[in-house]
Amino acid sequence: MAHEVPAMPNRARRHHSPQAVLLRLVALTRKEVRQLLRDKSILAIGLLLPVMLMLLFGYGLSLDVRNAPIAVVMEDASPAAMDAIVGLQLSPFLSPVMLTTMHEAEALMLAREVDGIVRVPGDFSRAMAAGEASIQVIVHGTEASRASIILNYLTATLAQQGIRRVDRSGLDNTSGIGSVDVESRLWFNEANTSTWYLVPGLIVLIITLVGAFLTALVMAREWERGTFEALFVSPVRPVEILLAKIIPYFCVGIIGLTMCLVTATFLFAVPIQGSLPILLFASVLYLLVALGIGLLISSVTRNQFMASQVSLLASLLPVFMLSGFMFDLRNVPAVINIIGHLLPATHFMSLIKSLMLAGNVWPQIILECSILAAYAALFIGLARMVTRKRLD
Amino acid sequence: MFALLHRLIILCRKELLAILKDPSSRVVLIMPVFMQSFLFGYAATYDLNNAPYAVLDQSRSAVSTELIAKLDSGGVFHRVASLTSEQEIAQVINSGEALLVLRFGPTFADELQAGGVADLQVILDARNSNSAGSAAAYIGAVVNAFNQDWSRRHGGSGPALTIESRAWYNPNLETRWYFMPSMIASLAFLQTLMLTALSVAREREQGTFDQLLVTPMSPTEIMIGKVVPPIMIGLVQSTIVMMVTMHWFEVPMAGSFVTLYMGLVFFLISSVGMGLAISALSANMQQAMLYAFMLIMPLMLLSGLATPVRNMPEPIQILTYANPMRFAIDLIQRVYLEGVGIATVWYDLVPLSVIAMLTLPWAAWLFRHRLV
Amino acid sequence: MSSASAAVRIEGVHKRFVDKESGRTIVALRDIHLAIPRGTLCAFVGPDGSGKTTLLRLMAGLLRVDAGTIDMLGVDVRRDPQQIQDRISYMPQRFGLYEDLSVQENLDLYADLHGVAAEARVQRYQRLMDITGLARFTNRPAGKLSGGMKQKLGLACTLVRSPELLLLDEPTVGVDPLSRVELWEIVEQLRRDEQLTVIISTAYLDEAQRCAQVYVMHEGEVLAHGTPESLSQHACGRCFTASGDSRAPGRILQSQLLDAVDMVIDAVPLGGAVRFVLNEATAPDAAPLHAILKGARIEAEAPRLEDGFMVLMRAKLQHAAAEPRSAVPRLAARASPAPDPLAAGGAMIEVRDLVRKFDDFVAVNSTSFAVSRGEIFGLLGPNGAGKTTTFRMLCGLLPATSGFLQVAGVNLRTARADARRRIGYVSQKFSLYGNLSVLENLEFFGGAYGLRGKRLRERIDTVLEQFELRGLERTPSGHLPGGFKQRLGMAVGLLHEPDILFLDEPTSGTDPLARREFWRRITSLADTGVTIIITTHFLEEAEYCDRILIQDAGELKALGTPRDVWVQAGHSATSSLNMERAFIDIVQQSRQAEILRNAEVAHGA
Repeated sequence: MAHEVPAMPNRARRHHSPQAVLLRLVALTRKEVRQLLRDKSILAIGLLLPVMLMLLFGYGLSLDVRNAPIAVVMEDASPAAMDAIVGLQLSPFLSPVMLTTMHEAEALMLAREVDGIVRVPGDFSRAMAAGEASIQVIVHGTEASRASIILNYLTATLAQQGIRRVDRSGLDNTSGIGSVDVESRLWFNEANTSTWYLVPGLIVLIITLVGAFLTALVMAREWERGTFEALFVSPVRPVEILLAKIIPYFCVGIIGLTMCLVTATFLFAVPIQGSLPILLFASVLYLLVALGIGLLISSVTRNQFMASQVSLLASLLPVFMLSGFMFDLRNVPAVINIIGHLLPATHFMSLIKSLMLAGNVWPQIILECSILAAYAALFIGLARMVTRKRLD
Repeated sequence: MFALLHRLIILCRKELLAILKDPSSRVVLIMPVFMQSFLFGYAATYDLNNAPYAVLDQSRSAVSTELIAKLDSGGVFHRVASLTSEQEIAQVINSGEALLVLRFGPTFADELQAGGVADLQVILDARNSNSAGSAAAYIGAVVNAFNQDWSRRHGGSGPALTIESRAWYNPNLETRWYFMPSMIASLAFLQTLMLTALSVAREREQGTFDQLLVTPMSPTEIMIGKVVPPIMIGLVQSTIVMMVTMHWFEVPMAGSFVTLYMGLVFFLISSVGMGLAISALSANMQQAMLYAFMLIMPLMLLSGLATPVRNMPEPIQILTYANPMRFAIDLIQRVYLEGVGIATVWYDLVPLSVIAMLTLPWAAWLFRHRLV
Repeated sequence: MSSASAAVRIEGVHKRFVDKESGRTIVALRDIHLAIPRGTLCAFVGPDGSGKTTLLRLMAGLLRVDAGTIDMLGVDVRRDPQQIQDRISYMPQRFGLYEDLSVQENLDLYADLHGVAAEARVQRYQRLMDITGLARFTNRPAGKLSGGMKQKLGLACTLVRSPELLLLDEPTVGVDPLSRVELWEIVEQLRRDEQLTVIISTAYLDEAQRCAQVYVMHEGEVLAHGTPESLSQHACGRCFTASGDSRAPGRILQSQLLDAVDMVIDAVPLGGAVRFVLNEATAPDAAPLHAILKGARIEAEAPRLEDGFMVLMRAKLQHAAAEPRSAVPRLAARASPAPDPLAAGGAMIEVRDLVRKFDDFVAVNSTSFAVSRGEIFGLLGPNGAGKTTTFRMLCGLLPATSGFLQVAGVNLRTARADARRRIGYVSQKFSLYGNLSVLENLEFFGGAYGLRGKRLRERIDTVLEQFELRGLERTPSGHLPGGFKQRLGMAVGLLHEPDILFLDEPTSGTDPLARREFWRRITSLADTGVTIIITTHFLEEAEYCDRILIQDAGELKALGTPRDVWVQAGHSATSSLNMERAFIDIVQQSRQAEILRNAEVAHGA
């Protein structure tokens, strides 16, 4: 029986050669790319959504208040009273509506047509002369962040006007008594616009979206559609399957990143103070972390619906809430702060904000990059561990 | 009539069973609601709280110490470092160790004592513009109070003008008071939309839709069967968030539950309508999921949840009129915090009804015409 | 045979699964021993849940054994599954094609993964395309192929290279007879030319008959094994045919025989007569038997593998149950006596010039037929012939492009919902709510058909009894074994006592035992006046039908009783029927005519 003798292992061994590995990797990657290009929904999430988010964040979302409507109730129409509120009319942040009765103002406030009321009482000029004048300020507190900003503007503007009045009323008043003047300097974001701080964070969000959310579906999809069973019984190695999933989504992530950087720089004029290569390097590290998380979730759940929910909860939501994207981690309770710092996104978030707005802060770069590299190795390693060519 | 009602009841019962029997989907429906309520309650805050700051006190005087003590005792700031040289300023700010650095110049106390204007330099890390803005305002207020106090102590006339400020509906202007009521609507929105979007796609994928279509039930009945259960689940989720808001975070509920739930029902109907339209457009579950997500992201962002709608530029504000969540959040905030009645918020129900009246018939039409 | 010559050697293999929901342990395989020599063709046969698929997956290294060893091609699978996966090809039961890739791209992917050289591909592709008839679809996305075509593409992807060993898990489920013959030709040729070892699991015993070794499996154990001939001997001397009145459908006599449970092991209508297997205790001239046969001519027959299989299975089942097999519960006859199928007036279904186009592709072309009350009407045709399209139009799931269509007097697509109460529908794929229990599914669909209260209870009780689903009421229907799912599908379809029952390939992939039970139910339903429309790939099952319709490429090719069709295929009216032959002849004749016509057109131009 001559046909039994030929050295079969030779036939098997040829599957180990680098050319064979490369051929398989190319074939698998081509398959992934084709699937990706043919599925409009994936392209929409991978490419359209980032652009949409960029424009929304750049143009739409803002924590900054401009032209807030304010009801000004002038119960006293004297020149002194008019003088007290003249600052409100000059402020770019406020747009006062002049009224005469508190009743009208309250109606406007209830209808939410004004954000606040400034009430100059009827005895203002008399009280002023007696040195005990007061102005009442009421803000609509429902939208707390907006309300507190408006309240700050109102009190600051009114107080400044008061000081100037005092100044004018006679030099002797200030001659004897000193005062402290605050001279604020805003580093990294002189105009203090929220766009500058939201846009770099958006890059983190978009990389997470492509890396963790989209890839969470890809392994689960193969499990769900039963396409793995036949694929497993072939010379394909688990690493090749993983790599073929990583490569195309890595590219989508890089495209997203590039689009973000271009729009950030040219459309919103957000500076890149630090070095671009380091920024790209850190982004690649974080992209790998996100891909690792996505693949891990996908391989463990083996179910698209569960995978999407888990990745929403475990990656996207924390990026929004816990990474310092919108809410400053320095303001939250200690436990939440610690949880926040366990997230890779938090580290990338602080790094990218610094790199774009502050510059190269070397100790931070080295620390955060090594944390990110460790996370990338951890998650991709775990994803590799749970990807076995087995059905049980 | 009775037969119709009976069919609708068994349809809804089947739908609820199919959703709730699966342990993993039970977890997915309840767990995230709790997780997110607590996360948002604690983490979503624009208010300064223990913000780290550092001091470079080159004057080493009693007045500078007094000012620092005022900041330390306020609870808003938390001193993390006392610096000795100007070089250190960059270091603590760059590393994010401190949000701001107060710098008292060497002549600070002398100028003040001499009756001049003493400069207090505040260096703020404005990478987070919101924290920087709040911190600057707070420092300003503290310094203002100090000035008045100083003037009184040194025989001055006291303040010529006092500003009495008050905030309606949210006396301490806490972000949480504003966030949590918004979450009552938005959390339920997420999953109602997802559930509806997936429900028809799932039946198509598993072949059960054909089995349904050959029964005497009409497409409209089948659609109602798909609409009601997610609304019920959405209401349960909203109730959970509301309980957490009222009893854990103790945000007082000022309005009537009837008005609140009426608003929620209108809102959920419109979101289910959008979910069904997605469902009818998608070929499979994956597409339904991704399209739903594609829709959820901008709707959430443009709802006024993260940043107030009034802060947006005018054209974008107009865009938000197509967003049911914007009106739902407005309605719930006003009912919950301001305690207004239906007479005030009826206008929020109009766009919600319009969205429902457009999407539901459209989805029904798509069902009939996409059975191929 | 030396030990080295065994391609597969399995010793003492056990495999258990833990059901996640209930936490119960299910024994999938129990102490399996077997050795398969190199270069042979070997089959596993057995009912659903007998462990065939688990065994193949263990061999492919996709699962780990709990105990025992599996040695494949001299390699311990447990130790080095990758080496095995490098060297074998495997076709899973549900071949997961990438649906958004085209036919060609799917093939290329597998060729690349298996490292098939470019020059070898050209020839191989040509051959596979010829056989599978996929050549005209190379650019079509795999997801847009019909069910049978997908199965063929899966097989083509598996056969894209020459492995050392080939594992095929029910490769021909849903594949029409014409293609099945062709596929077997490839497999056999591969085995001959390349000394390939082929291991196949199948529900078709005529396929197993072609194999050198057959393993009969039952509940995780090997019940018997040997050559098909040796297994057939279990039914030796007990096989007969009874030919009587050739005008009455054979199924009447067949069902009477099958109900004589204490004498008859198996009976099928075949070749216009009825073939049956007696149990050991019964002599062919026993008096009670003759009371059933009523003077039909009886001839002894040589046993087939299927007969041997049925004998083995019945013995096992009786042994397990320790009580004799019960007849399938008879349905209570309706108040009105069952009308004579063909004579009863009034067509239940009427179709004239029915056309369905998808874009410019004509799926069904001017088809006309009528079905009368109580008839069993079979729709037959190769994959992609338009059967499913016709079927879906009848059920109202798909609008017709043009033509006249009436079911129970209305067009279901446009009729009021109430009209749909008269039909029942059982789809090919299990299509009930998997996470709802058996009872919840029944309650839901009962309610959907307007049943409620006491009436609903009664009907549920009846169908639970009728389809032997008692004791499973609380089981999630998705966890039922395949055969039970199918019975539940039938139970749901019949819950509201429809006048017409639509069945789409109900028997595909089921073993002979389950098929016998299924048909026994169908024939007794027809006796009570229910009209049955059925599609099937088992051509011998055409003989259960009163009339059949054969479609190919959207055209109606033959219509009539099985014997009419046999004559239409060009055979003598008195010769013994062979429906598979008739089908193949008709389809080939029509395809040749098509080629000739095309040639003439080309010539004319």
